[in-house]
Amino acid sequence: MEGGVVLLDFWASMFGMRVRIALAEKEIKYEYSEQDLRNKSDLLLQMNPVHKKIPVLIHNGKPICESLVQVQYIDEVWNDQAPLLPADPYKRATARFWADFVDKKMYDSGSRIWKTKGEEQEAAKKEFIENLKLLEGELGDNLYFGGEGFGYVDVALVPFYCWFYAYEQCGNFSIEAECPKLIAWAKRCMQKESVAKSLADPEKVYEFLLQLKKAYGIE
Amino acid sequence: MSMAGLVILDCWVSPFCMRVKIALNEKGLQYEARPEDLFGGKSDLLLNSNPIYKKVPVFLHDGKPLCESSIIVAYIDETWSSPPLHPPCSYGRAQARFWADYIDKKVFDACGNIWRSKGEVPVEAKTEFIEILKQLEGALGDKEYFNGATFGFVDIVAIPLTSWFFAVEKIGGFSVAAECPKFSSWMKRCLQRESVAKVMPDPEKVYESVLMFRKMQGID
Repeated sequence: MEGGVVLLDFWASMFGMRVRIALAEKEIKYEYSEQDLRNKSDLLLQMNPVHKKIPVLIHNGKPICESLVQVQYIDEVWNDQAPLLPADPYKRATARFWADFVDKKMYDSGSRIWKTKGEEQEAAKKEFIENLKLLEGELGDNLYFGGEGFGYVDVALVPFYCWFYAYEQCGNFSIEAECPKLIAWAKRCMQKESVAKSLADPEKVYEFLLQLKKAYGIE
Repeated sequence: MSMAGLVILDCWVSPFCMRVKIALNEKGLQYEARPEDLFGGKSDLLLNSNPIYKKVPVFLHDGKPLCESSIIVAYIDETWSSPPLHPPCSYGRAQARFWADYIDKKVFDACGNIWRSKGEVPVEAKTEFIEILKQLEGALGDKEYFNGATFGFVDIVAIPLTSWFFAVEKIGGFSVAAECPKFSSWMKRCLQRESVAKVMPDPEKVYESVLMFRKMQGID
């Protein structure tokens, strides 16, 4: 029986969603604490003094920061069910490589779609689609990035799916038209309860994005 | 060329390549370091093994490629267990991964903000660099190494970047030892290890290379 688990999070954060999915996959009971990012709590600042960001996972009072570090921690501690990382070291390294690729590429190129206009936006859309196509290549004919079973890379990537509608609206393009295989994979993941209950409603994400754009002074 | 055994596609001045070589040395493993000409023309092997980033290091284990230095070091530790480079408990490993990620996100870019400056180095660039090292001093605490009593994963991720510090100090006009004495002591401790000393390049040679990069990028 493991001790208390708390997640400091923000409902629209793709990074927080990764942790929610991992906790759900392992059937871990935890306290979800919604954070106000414009007015950060003492607890958040105390638990993540280095980056001052969500998500923060608190286990037995001790904080773990950075979503992929948190997912690996969850996988190691609650190792009795739903393994997320493969057992084989080479496959683990490959999974870590692709999760790192998602971290390096997806957030930045996605953000530039809603933050820019004109030529800059076209370049951002092109880069975003190119990155998704590389991921499609890695998926191949597998059901999941983890192979037969849902795994680490699936957890790392699928939260971005609930932001796709917002990106499409801002960028006036269809991600499914460009990357049908990836959308099919995302819909397959959404059939899993752990994913469906962890991802935000795409319409609400879009409304939130419109508010963010106003706040940033972007039309 | 044989594809069996351990091969690293390498560049002597790359701190990322140094990480892999130090890890292999710590494990007492024999390997072949194949130098890549990053400016003249990357080898087909490199381009085929790392099609996503086309960068060094690439580590080939019996012909199977692995990319991204921190991931390669973790692979080496998981494949050859002795001596262990990660802490034994899950929380310790999470902390190690957090600090390796922090170092990866912050240190090399902060160095770049200094050595890539045209003319006077902005005060903010120097301040940020020192703040990052002070943050790392906090993580080190009173321990011999980031890993604790023994040299490990975070030490391996961090120490190669320090081979560029002499260049950064010369260009920035400051001293890491003066600003961050604890960090400086940790650097000296690591450099006493044979696994590190035989991989780390002469800081003067790194400085010469940095000056060459500045010329190539039209800064000087």
